[in-house]
Amino acid sequence: MSTAAPPLSARQQFLRRAEDCYRDYSLQSVQDWKAATGGLAIGYMPIYIPRELLHSQGVLPVGLMGGGDDLEIIRGDAYYQSYICHIPRSTIELGLNGSLDPLDGMLFPAICDVIRNLSGMWKLLFPDKFAMYLDVPQDFHRLRGGRFWRQELEQLASQLTACGARPYDPDALRESLALYNTNRRLVQALYDLRIREPWRVPTSELYPLLRAGMVLPVETFTSWLEEFYQLLLADDTCRPMDQARVLLTGSFCEQPPLGLIRTLERAGCYIVDDDFAIIHRWLQHDIPLEGDPLENLANAFLEDAMASPTRYIDEAVKGAELVQRVQASRAEGVLFCAPSFCDPALLDQPMTVAAIEAAGIPWTAFKYSENTGQFQVIREQAGTFADALKLWSGH
Amino acid sequence: MSTSPPVVQKDSSQIRQKEMIAAHFHRLALSPETGENNVYTFVPGNLTELIRAFDLLPVLPEINALQSGMRGKSREYIALAEKAGHSEDVCTYVKCDLGMMKSGNIGPTGERLPDPDLLLLSYTGCFTFLKWFEILQQEYKAPVVMLHVPYQGDGTITPHMRDYVVEQLRDKVIPALEEISGQAYDEAKLKGLLARSRQAEDDLVWVLQSARHRPSPIDAYFGAVYYVGPIFSAFRGTEEAVGYYRALREEVEERMAAGLGPVTPEGQLAEERYRVVVEGPPNWTSFREFWQMFVDEGAVVVASTYTKVGGTYDFGFRHDPEHPLETLADYCLGCYTNLNFPSRIDMLCRYIEEYQADGFLINSVKSCNSFSAGQLLILREVERRTGRPGGFIESDLVDPRYFSPANIKNRLESYFQMLDQKRSGGH
Repeated sequence: MSTAAPPLSARQQFLRRAEDCYRDYSLQSVQDWKAATGGLAIGYMPIYIPRELLHSQGVLPVGLMGGGDDLEIIRGDAYYQSYICHIPRSTIELGLNGSLDPLDGMLFPAICDVIRNLSGMWKLLFPDKFAMYLDVPQDFHRLRGGRFWRQELEQLASQLTACGARPYDPDALRESLALYNTNRRLVQALYDLRIREPWRVPTSELYPLLRAGMVLPVETFTSWLEEFYQLLLADDTCRPMDQARVLLTGSFCEQPPLGLIRTLERAGCYIVDDDFAIIHRWLQHDIPLEGDPLENLANAFLEDAMASPTRYIDEAVKGAELVQRVQASRAEGVLFCAPSFCDPALLDQPMTVAAIEAAGIPWTAFKYSENTGQFQVIREQAGTFADALKLWSGH
Repeated sequence: MSTSPPVVQKDSSQIRQKEMIAAHFHRLALSPETGENNVYTFVPGNLTELIRAFDLLPVLPEINALQSGMRGKSREYIALAEKAGHSEDVCTYVKCDLGMMKSGNIGPTGERLPDPDLLLLSYTGCFTFLKWFEILQQEYKAPVVMLHVPYQGDGTITPHMRDYVVEQLRDKVIPALEEISGQAYDEAKLKGLLARSRQAEDDLVWVLQSARHRPSPIDAYFGAVYYVGPIFSAFRGTEEAVGYYRALREEVEERMAAGLGPVTPEGQLAEERYRVVVEGPPNWTSFREFWQMFVDEGAVVVASTYTKVGGTYDFGFRHDPEHPLETLADYCLGCYTNLNFPSRIDMLCRYIEEYQADGFLINSVKSCNSFSAGQLLILREVERRTGRPGGFIESDLVDPRYFSPANIKNRLESYFQMLDQKRSGGH
């Protein structure tokens, strides 16, 4: 006698849809979009690209974050030594196995030396596809970095046009800015809700949605965010548990497997702030719609971006923003959770640890790779840390 | 019975180079008394002429780290940095430098180096530089000025890239140097320094290109790291550099006229059996041992990419005194690790052809992603385009834990056997 599985709730169905979407390495949703619109799809490596500009030219920006724990790396490993992080090898694997064929090109924003070199490798491996290194400024003055960045954006726009995209149009960009402003506000609303009631917004549920948002058109992603928010509010089965509130940092490029996020939660952590799929929150505020929209887009990068190990911190105190985020999220401790061999994260860590310690905030650190499959050690470490927070933090 | 260590053979240019660099370190050590101020900066994209135009002294933390490696100090320095929380995964130059600082900042001559008066973060070709100086800023509490040099992602220097660098030089770097030095920017003085750079660059290029001859009178990797020392570090633009490169050229001319091969640590190389091109930095902790592996096989490096990290001159670039800031910008933009992969591969293929190399070797160093990430594609692509065999070895810059002599020797021997087979028509 067989027993039928209980039907999935609306929330469970939604989450399955989000997870299926981000785990679909054949990029079916991208293919569907292209078939429906005739537009170009351009892949990009994580952190930040000016998605608004692409959108205004009728281009779908498709965020690529490696192959996670779903992909067996066969050919990608032949390009990298053992001491190089995992994301470039899985990205090459996806390129070589045809998964990225639906894309008309790739953008490689300035993240680190590995991704920078990957941009040239891509030109050699896929000579028929558009590939561009997008050098974001590390000088944040409007008249220097601003001018340079604007010219990079103009060059990007013209190169996309040469590939078949619509020419740059200020009015179209203004409309795109408005759409992404709305989108960012909804993402932030979910983060805010998680700060207030983390039991209502498990990170292991929020994360697949953010990942799906990397491949979906912004219009669809926005509707999914709204739907998820309503589902969360309607669900009265969630109850607070005696978990420690932690901020997770270091996972801004190569992402941990979903199983690791679940493990942290099961070990007694409420993740109340994180660096996952950071492009959705890279800009802190709305981009103004008045005036020159390209100038506004450029200035937003200069003046409104999150502190990140990929950005030079000039006059601000190193680690100060992380301390502020801890305070704003009311986190009781920090998990430094970086991929192995991630130069920006690991070189930054001692400095940000110093800032965290100076502020009296407890922390612990561990590393992973996107295909990490054994979580027991991390579970014990995170569990011990969470217990210590509950016992000794005085909350 | 005790045996004395073998005497290391050096040609006169090596001796002179060592004296120049030692004198610079001594001058730095005395600077707290003499009142001379210094600027910490990096080798790729270094602005030595500009720094010297303000009578400031350059300090190169990479040079300090490699010197620590050669002196056998890097292991303890790296351990100190790792104990302080720096990951085992990251660049050992950074950790070696930090360990040296935490051990009293004793430089290669045994004298204490001064703390930085200014950190000039010339962010060329290596993302780690950015982190490195953020760390130093925190450690020393010194002022820092950032020069962001865009990467040649498409293999070209565009006007807007050059303008961006020039604007930063004019609006940020020069005012910072003025403040530290107490001197106003003097363009005529800078032009004079740049003119001297040009002279030295001409002679350096002549020396490096002498390796086109058979036998090559120089080793363009192991020997040439000594040759590029003055021009890549503290001396570009000085009369000392002009004199050094003129003397070096004359020395090499004599060697060529006499039909001599390069000087190795054991003296004259008797026979040039293999001509190879090398990509990637050397290992410093076992530099002599590493070189010896080539000498034992009669292998001469006729061109290398590492000797272009502080400036790529052999394809025509020279500092132009008539356009001082623009030429500094072009210099920074053109350093080897600021070139994209297709350009780096073009360069290697060109070297192999122009220097009639039998093959090429890649020394992949763990510490330098800027060089190393993706080098296996370089290997494949250069082999495909030139038909010459490539070899691949792995080590590190200054971490002795990543230098495995038996493994590297074994690989090199196999590689040279492969070249023999290729010559004899085998497959």
